[in-house]
Amino acid sequence: MSGLLLSLAGVHTHIGAYHILHGVDLTVPRGQLTMLLGRNGAGKTTALRTIMGLWRASAGIVTFDGQDITQLATPQIARLKIAYVPENMGIFADLTVKENVLLAATQASHASDLDGQRLKWIFGLFPAVEKFWDYPAGKLSGGQKQMLAVARAIVEPRELLIVDEPSKGLAPSIVNNMIDAFAQLKAEGVTILLVEQNINFAKRLGDHVAVMDNGRVVHRGSMAAFAEDHALQQSLMGLTL
Amino acid sequence: MTLNRLLSDDLPRSKILTAILLTLFVLLALAPFIAPGVNALSVAAKILIFIVLVASFDLLLGYTGIVSFAHTMFFGIGAYGVAIACSRWGATWLNLGLGIATALVLSVLLALAIGLFSLRVRAIFFAMITLAIASAFQTLASQLSEITGGEDGLNFSLPDMLASGYMYVEQPIFGVSISGRFVTYYILFAAALAMVLALLRIVNSPFGRVLQAIRENEFRAEAIGYRVVMYRTISSVLSALFATMAGVMLALWLRYNGPDTSLSFEIMLDVLLIVVIGGMGTIYGSVIGAVLFVVAQSYLQDLLKLGSDAASGLPWLAALLSPDRWLLWLGVLFVLSVYYFPNGIVGRLRNRAAGL
Repeated sequence: MSGLLLSLAGVHTHIGAYHILHGVDLTVPRGQLTMLLGRNGAGKTTALRTIMGLWRASAGIVTFDGQDITQLATPQIARLKIAYVPENMGIFADLTVKENVLLAATQASHASDLDGQRLKWIFGLFPAVEKFWDYPAGKLSGGQKQMLAVARAIVEPRELLIVDEPSKGLAPSIVNNMIDAFAQLKAEGVTILLVEQNINFAKRLGDHVAVMDNGRVVHRGSMAAFAEDHALQQSLMGLTL
Repeated sequence: MTLNRLLSDDLPRSKILTAILLTLFVLLALAPFIAPGVNALSVAAKILIFIVLVASFDLLLGYTGIVSFAHTMFFGIGAYGVAIACSRWGATWLNLGLGIATALVLSVLLALAIGLFSLRVRAIFFAMITLAIASAFQTLASQLSEITGGEDGLNFSLPDMLASGYMYVEQPIFGVSISGRFVTYYILFAAALAMVLALLRIVNSPFGRVLQAIRENEFRAEAIGYRVVMYRTISSVLSALFATMAGVMLALWLRYNGPDTSLSFEIMLDVLLIVVIGGMGTIYGSVIGAVLFVVAQSYLQDLLKLGSDAASGLPWLAALLSPDRWLLWLGVLFVLSVYYFPNGIVGRLRNRAAGL
């Protein structure tokens, strides 16, 4: 199947008295990696949380695989095989690494029920997950926690992977590992929507780009073209890639 | 391997903790032989009852992160179920079973109603709602005197085989009469053991894993696909069922129940203290906490009397150690234990064993 997997049309989101998203139009093509860029406070994280139903859209439509998911509850959205990796290492610190991974496995209650081949692939992407399998996740370093968060998201095949700033606060060597991991996920045909501030991350991984400013998507196009257009980057983001 | 499975792979993870738990297990298992006196055996029975009550609250507070003040309401429902059935309908096994079943059904319905209507609100409001419900229930129990016996409560008999005067064997064994009282104690012991093992199984199951995830961050748990309200409600219902069974144990032992015996807010505070002192989210903490608390509550006055007599040469010290001040010293003991064991005794022992 080809075409669009996810689309947002005229989405508005209010958080309390604040109007954060002002009519977001965004499309995520199937099997490709879409980068969502923008200055701090542009509304990127709110857009992701609105897709997941964690903030309710006050207007507009979120469509996933042809289905209107705007009014669905978060667990229902997650069960459509949409995995969400929140910013700031969204793991469960009191549980072990294994338990964190198992939480996201709908087909497995115990580690022995997990797909061995897939687990091996994940261990290849993130060796720390295998190394610290029985350790409390709270004891991992920042990079390891981020790897665990992504590993948990892909423990079973997903239709869409939504990741919020996976490189935030990580050392450059770990960022490179993360880039390699997402490149492999891309090669596997996983559709990814990624919010990122890291320049290398965006340039090396993105197929498409959407830039947000003041709660709207102000630019959409190919990542390659955007990476070449320094004037556009400067005008939209106040910096160049 | 079998022990591992029995404990649901949730071993004490500390040699000292293992030794303490084993010692307590042996002492409680042999209590009728070690301390056959009425008072000592009542202390042991109260420990068993509190172990179940506190462990069930640990499922709610320690594993799910729900602060509820209605826990003793379910405790009271269990005790009243037995008391009303045996006093109003007659002391038969059938009536006892019906009383327990009715109490369990009522607890499930109330826990479901509280959970589904209240668990969507923020934690502090949920706590306030449960406080109001528990107070209302206690008032209701006091006022429905025709059913509950009001403030006086209900004295009742149990089926003959559980009566103190019923002798299973004519001659005492190791100096202990094998009476209905003796059998009741071992029913309580077996029930407490079975329920603690069942709770260990629950908290170490995939369901328990989700509860812990919800406790830590409910939004993340939702984003993975878990219906938080449903899981919290199931946890509340399970916890209520175990608390009801603790109430049943209380009624079986005391053969009496009244509002102050099972519904008072004081018991709720005791449960909160015990779970914090023992170690939240451990289940084992309920065992150690209950033993410490009940023993301190039962024998601190005796100990203070000894101290006061010994310090008679120093009037100010003797006055300070007066048995009348036992609540003050109990309070001091708990402040110290919370200060020195912020993760509870079990947490501290496990951290120490892990070199943390």
